[in-house]
Amino acid sequence: MLWPCTAHCLMHPLRLARNCTVSLPLARNCSVSLPLARNCTISLPLVRNCTVSLPLARSSGQFSGWGLTGGQVPAYLDEATLHQAALYVHWPFCERRCTYCNFNKYISPSVDHDAMRDGLLRETETLLSVSQVKEITSIFFGGGTPSLARPSTIARVLETVARVTHVPHDVEISMEANPTSAAASRLAEFKEAGITRLSLGVQALCDRDLRILGRDHTAQEALRSLEEARKLFPGNTSVDIIFGRPGQSVESWEEELEELVALCDHHVSLYQLTLERGTALYKQVQEQALSIPEQEKLAEMYQAARRILGMAGFLQYEVSNFAKSGAVCEHNLGYWRGRQYLGVGPGAHGRFIPWGEEKSLREARIQTLEPDNWLREVRQFGHGTRKRVQQTELDILEELLVLGLRMNDGITHQLWLQCSPGLSLQEAVGDSPEVKQYLEKQLLVLDNRGLRCSWEGLALLDMLLPALLLQLQLSYQKSVTHSLPSTGFVPQELGSTTIAHTYRET
Amino acid sequence: MLVGLGRWCRVPPPRGVCRLLRARLRWRRQQQQQHYSGSKEPSLGGRGGEATGRGESRRREKDAYDLSKFPVENIRNFSIIAHVDHGKSTLADRLLEITGAIVKTDRNRQVLDKLQVERERGITVKAQTASLFYHHEGKTYLLNLIDTPGHVDFSYEVSRSLSACQGVLLIVDANEGIQAQTVANFFLAFESQLMIIPVINKIDLKHAEPDRVAKQVEKVFDIPKDECIQISAKLGTNVDQVLEKVVEKIPPPRAKLSDPLRALVFDSTYDHYRGVIASIALFDGWVQKGDKIMSSYTKKVYEVNEVGILRPDQYPVEKLCAGQVGYLICGMKEVKEAQIGDTFHLQKQPVEPLAGFKPAKPMVFAGMYPIDQSEYTNLRKAVEKLTLNDSSVTVHRDSSPALGAGWRLGFLGLLHMEVFNQRLEQEYNASVILTAPTVPYKAVLSSSKLIKEYGEEEITILNPCHFPDRLHVKEYLEPIVTGTILTPDDYIGKIISLCQSRRAIQKNMVYIDDHRLMMQYLFPLNEIVVDFYDSLKSLSSGYASFDYEDAGYQVADLIKMDIYLNGKCVEELATIVHREKAYSTGKAIAERLKDTIPQQLFEIAIQAAIGSKVIARETIKAVRKNVLAKCYGGDITRKMKLLKRQAEGKRRMRKIGNVEIPKDAFINVLKRQQDK
Repeated sequence: MLWPCTAHCLMHPLRLARNCTVSLPLARNCSVSLPLARNCTISLPLVRNCTVSLPLARSSGQFSGWGLTGGQVPAYLDEATLHQAALYVHWPFCERRCTYCNFNKYISPSVDHDAMRDGLLRETETLLSVSQVKEITSIFFGGGTPSLARPSTIARVLETVARVTHVPHDVEISMEANPTSAAASRLAEFKEAGITRLSLGVQALCDRDLRILGRDHTAQEALRSLEEARKLFPGNTSVDIIFGRPGQSVESWEEELEELVALCDHHVSLYQLTLERGTALYKQVQEQALSIPEQEKLAEMYQAARRILGMAGFLQYEVSNFAKSGAVCEHNLGYWRGRQYLGVGPGAHGRFIPWGEEKSLREARIQTLEPDNWLREVRQFGHGTRKRVQQTELDILEELLVLGLRMNDGITHQLWLQCSPGLSLQEAVGDSPEVKQYLEKQLLVLDNRGLRCSWEGLALLDMLLPALLLQLQLSYQKSVTHSLPSTGFVPQELGSTTIAHTYRET
Repeated sequence: MLVGLGRWCRVPPPRGVCRLLRARLRWRRQQQQQHYSGSKEPSLGGRGGEATGRGESRRREKDAYDLSKFPVENIRNFSIIAHVDHGKSTLADRLLEITGAIVKTDRNRQVLDKLQVERERGITVKAQTASLFYHHEGKTYLLNLIDTPGHVDFSYEVSRSLSACQGVLLIVDANEGIQAQTVANFFLAFESQLMIIPVINKIDLKHAEPDRVAKQVEKVFDIPKDECIQISAKLGTNVDQVLEKVVEKIPPPRAKLSDPLRALVFDSTYDHYRGVIASIALFDGWVQKGDKIMSSYTKKVYEVNEVGILRPDQYPVEKLCAGQVGYLICGMKEVKEAQIGDTFHLQKQPVEPLAGFKPAKPMVFAGMYPIDQSEYTNLRKAVEKLTLNDSSVTVHRDSSPALGAGWRLGFLGLLHMEVFNQRLEQEYNASVILTAPTVPYKAVLSSSKLIKEYGEEEITILNPCHFPDRLHVKEYLEPIVTGTILTPDDYIGKIISLCQSRRAIQKNMVYIDDHRLMMQYLFPLNEIVVDFYDSLKSLSSGYASFDYEDAGYQVADLIKMDIYLNGKCVEELATIVHREKAYSTGKAIAERLKDTIPQQLFEIAIQAAIGSKVIARETIKAVRKNVLAKCYGGDITRKMKLLKRQAEGKRRMRKIGNVEIPKDAFINVLKRQQDK
């Protein structure tokens, strides 16, 4: 079941925007066909671009008002944040495969830099246009290994953004880099291109562990790169470090971290090693060639790190992130605060309202994973958006709850009410007996500032979230039923999924 | 020394059993041979057409069958019995092919195993019937083959099927030799006075030793070894001989067409659209559409809608006649109406009912509850439908404070329970919680008040929660079984110590050939019910086989053990144990709970207690860290999905105080660790 008009609309969002509206009522009849449609787009070579809309809005009244006038503002965001977004750009290539990484990355001996540049530029333009973003609040080059991209590519992307939309002069532009000597030698060029903040993947200060992790640098190289980075980005250099490595002891971790704290800049990101299926490390642990520390030890390592970093003047502002002198990462804070972001590049994720397509519901979008396919689609359609899911108000609130509580400030009442005008934080989660118990045990705090984890609670967040989410769902459903007849505001109960399929068999 | 099984000599004398058994066997064989030669004259050795060879018998029959064409003497009703995996179903496939009931292809694998669970597990659960037409020496014979289950739990299906037969093919694997169910099934057939044709299967296997197995057959069953037919059902080798022997050796049913209808209901299935489909064996008379028949058991009258034979699919015929086996549909809405063992007769011509069957006796009980109480009604319907096809399951309504309304179901064994559960899931899409299985204990009451309350002195305890206090009880009784184990003698030491650890008492032990042993033990049923079979299999590398049968009750020193979580009693986890085993069982349950219950925000104390005395304790430490390290805009979709699933799971978690228990904990708990 295909709606060619919708397909056109995706290819030429601006010119054919009017056609797009025609497809919606059609699509309404096909709620069952979604799984079918997904298959058919893959199997039919003729299908160039197919969109299947699944409008599951609560009432048809909702439909008539659906963004067609172009000016209707969803109730859950204020005007300022509505037209702002962060921008994430994904560079999918690495020189080698780290043994623990299951990210979307490709080891390619010959990257076509010109083609990638053109693809990234084109998709940036398209998505800026689709989202109609008026201001970019931060930019982040992630990967893969973006420090393997040409500085000129970075520069061109930034130029494009600045040309199409407003970019404040002091905007944070971060880039991830591997601390190899090659990357270090080019840091100045990246700074020249416009990068203002560097996130250095040091991961460990022990060569044995770096080898186990499959990293492409030694500890010494890492320290030299760190020194270089601090010179170029003073106060804006972050260091990534991993704990819970095979064979690591609490004592050696404490020593290592003390050493790092003495050398690092104003920001540390601290990750517990997670074994992901399909990685080389996962296999080695399964085969018992390696063993990772026990849960108890991991908890000790985490608490030790929080203590050591705290003593060194670092404020833990999120589960894994520590900053001193206020050198927080604005870009990541945007994610945790539920702000809009565009995702450009293979496999990048985005959350934004496609105003340019005359829609006013936020969508969760994923770009095509594989670089060659992504490039082909970008060339053909201007973007490689592979999947679009419309997010309901409840979806957005659930994400905000899960992400917001990761921050030490938690979710402020103000932040919550921006997304949830009808339901206060207290109303949303306060009724659950379990949540009450968490509050009593002081794992959670709910006061006049908002809802947040205590020091102990933050380390246990994933155990608190199921009860919070369950209560949010219950309260939300209750509030929707109650508010439905009296107010004009009709919240969305269910999401609607759109698969934007631009894959074409060759 | 050869031993008779418990079914046979309930209290076998320690010596001389072997001789006694042989004598009885010989006597029985003589009886059978007399019977065989007596009924020989009319049917066998037919002259007639030399032209009809085996080639013709392979041709698929296309004409409608007028079953009255088959005189009783041209009918043979037989079963195939064997230990599990010795090739019953494969032989059935070949027989079906040879007689043209199914087209010969490479894909005929266990055609009679219709249930998904049968095909998945490679076992036969439900007996199936197939009518075959076989041409032999110028005559066409109607062979009714009844495929039977091989597993110990399903022996009631076997004995029911045998009641419709005059002979059996006893299949023995040429490699594995005689196994425990071979012995058990042999005696089922033997007691039913059936002609037994030994067949040694799988002679194509590399390590096949058909001659050794033939010697075993001679030693254990007293059947001359040269009577064994050596075949390969897989390749079809000598399968023709099997059919010839069926015709030659198995007597035709003793039935009279001229007498009024007398039909035995030996099985029944339930069809959503057509109601009950009864499998019947006609002993006398005939039945056709439109006949008014009456059940001897319920005295209800039905009009026959359809009769037919199974080949193996339903194949309607004009009428079924004496000696034949087929199906009958007469508008029965409930399977309870088609009582297995019932006799049907014409409304106007009552007859003496045939000897029925003892109802199958459940040996294992477990609570079954819907995962969500809102699914109760659907689950009730599913259980009702399924018990229609499996009347050996007993159903009592039950309820638990934690799991809500449900049932206490009785099964024939643990495999039977698993199969029932799997069928519920596969055929009715129901998902359930099963509590740990228990056996039916008894208590002889001393308190007159309680006796008045229960209405009897001796009560059966199906649910540990209802275990009466020792103060009011004269004595407790536990069910016991006679277990037969066949094993290569390499494992004898391990098996003896396994049996001793299960409170078993050895009754007999005998070599059936140079290095294979048959052992007989008296077991308390609860000691073997959960995992004895698995332990036996694993410590004998799969070589030992096991079968058991009911051996009544014995006095036992039983106590009730309670489980506490953070001081709160968990009713569903209460168990009845033998005093001797209380400490080790308590420890095992506590350890298992520790592994099953996920860590929570606080410490959990697990205690096993008898009365107020704690006999085992384990502690689950509180979680200290549980938070995803990396969570950025990128892909939080996966994390969201996981969290939402956990949020949904919260609704379904059973809470004892503050402790959340995943519901599968209730059945995991009583499974033992590997016996070490």
